[in-house]
Amino acid sequence: MYSVRLWAARHPRIFEVAYNAFHPVLTRLQPVWKAMGEERSEKVVGKVEQLSKELLFDCKMCGQCILSSTGMSCSMNCPKSMRNGPCGGVMQNGHCEVKPEMRCVWLEAWEGSQKMRQSDLIQVVQTPVDHRLKGSSSWLREARRASQPQQEGRHE
Amino acid sequence: MSSATPPTPGTHDGSAALPEARGRLEQVLRAGNFAITTEIAPPDSANPQDVYDRAAVFQGFVDSMNATDGSGANCHMSSSAMCALLSRRGYETVMQISCRDRNRIAIQGDVLGASALGINNILCLTGDGVQAGDHPQAKPVFDLDSMSLLETITGLRDKHQFLSGRPLSQGPNVFLGAAENPFVPPFNLRAMRLAKKVAAGAQFIQTQYCFDLPRLRNFMHQCRDLGLLEKCFILPGVGPLASARAARWMRQNVPGVHIPDAIIERLDGAHDQKAEGRNICIEMIQALQEVEGVSGVHIMAHRQESSVPAIVQASGALSDRTPWAPEMETEPLASTATA
Ligand code: SF4
Repeated sequence: MYSVRLWAARHPRIFEVAYNAFHPVLTRLQPVWKAMGEERSEKVVGKVEQLSKELLFDCKMCGQCILSSTGMSCSMNCPKSMRNGPCGGVMQNGHCEVKPEMRCVWLEAWEGSQKMRQSDLIQVVQTPVDHRLKGSSSWLREARRASQPQQEGRHE
Repeated sequence: MSSATPPTPGTHDGSAALPEARGRLEQVLRAGNFAITTEIAPPDSANPQDVYDRAAVFQGFVDSMNATDGSGANCHMSSSAMCALLSRRGYETVMQISCRDRNRIAIQGDVLGASALGINNILCLTGDGVQAGDHPQAKPVFDLDSMSLLETITGLRDKHQFLSGRPLSQGPNVFLGAAENPFVPPFNLRAMRLAKKVAAGAQFIQTQYCFDLPRLRNFMHQCRDLGLLEKCFILPGVGPLASARAARWMRQNVPGVHIPDAIIERLDGAHDQKAEGRNICIEMIQALQEVEGVSGVHIMAHRQESSVPAIVQASGALSDRTPWAPEMETEPLASTATA
């Protein structure tokens, strides 16, 4: 919902704190997710993730969440799927060139990021979206990654 | 003329003086000359002569021509084909790639092909939304964005590998550019976003139309503070406005174009609005030569291409330099260069 999304991006600190508290719990539960099997854990956790993030951020379940780098403004709401900052078409009033009724998601992102502790994460160049991951849970992916710290790679 | 840039038509070998330069544009910039680039509009035709005719207008006055890639989301001849045709004649070109129409598979293939065809400059763009053009029914691709496009081509060139990691036997040796628009919000993010583009591989920057010098100066200061002026060449965009009406229309309808009221009022009050539009452009080029960190200008004179030589001449931006043009191999352009 647009108004909730705007509110969330204007109070990103709350979600930064919440996620930082939530993430270790998810990671600690990794054995549980493993025991449940990938399909079932995806179904359960993925559904919870989808419902809550859809409500709060208009999440598109890209499966590779970068909300903490984008001031809690979901960049997948950008009609050009920009993952690295605003395009050159932002209108003088800050609205989107493609959807003039919407404020540019990257303006929300920039303002939001400045309110967060990790405000410089927005400067990191994001790799292209892996379209295979659409619909899957970023939470579980993060939990899996955190429980295998030595593993390196682009998206896993 | 001794300062004319040497001909290295459509090759990668650069000049003896600057062995690392990939083409004449890079040579001119690295040599510290004030570079002039312009936009060449691709024709709505399959006739190569249309391309040559459009290029001939600029010859001897510009260091490179950007062939646009479906600009404004309108369909025209492709940028890669334009650049390939032109580089065979020895012209220096900048191929533009927009992320709107092709995915990472198509783009990487095009970059290899373009380099094989002798294209040595590539400008990485996100592209206008399809709603802006003549095919609003089209599927917007946007598989990459300008930033990941830059990183992808840097990977092809420097790591000799595709985005997938699969190796190349030879990478495309290209000079990489990106666009920036310092004239639209969020103003305080624009220089930082440029820093991100430089980190992703941008070596030269062409901006959206500059009609607002204070905003540009502010942006350049921020770039300087971020240490970007040593890392990339910045060429602000300029162009002649045809009339106050045209300026109002552009401001209203072309995404990303910012024209202050003062400019429109000045046009409104002019006896000959077209001439005034050119004067504004000339004055802007002159003013930009004085701005720290500005390495040249990118002239976008849509439907006013024939006015570019006179604008360049009047601005004095080339000093006594004559950018190389095909005819110079047989006869020097002394007469046009001083006309
Ligand atoms: S204006 Fe903002 S939201 Fe709209 S396409 Fe550009 S970056 Fe995306």
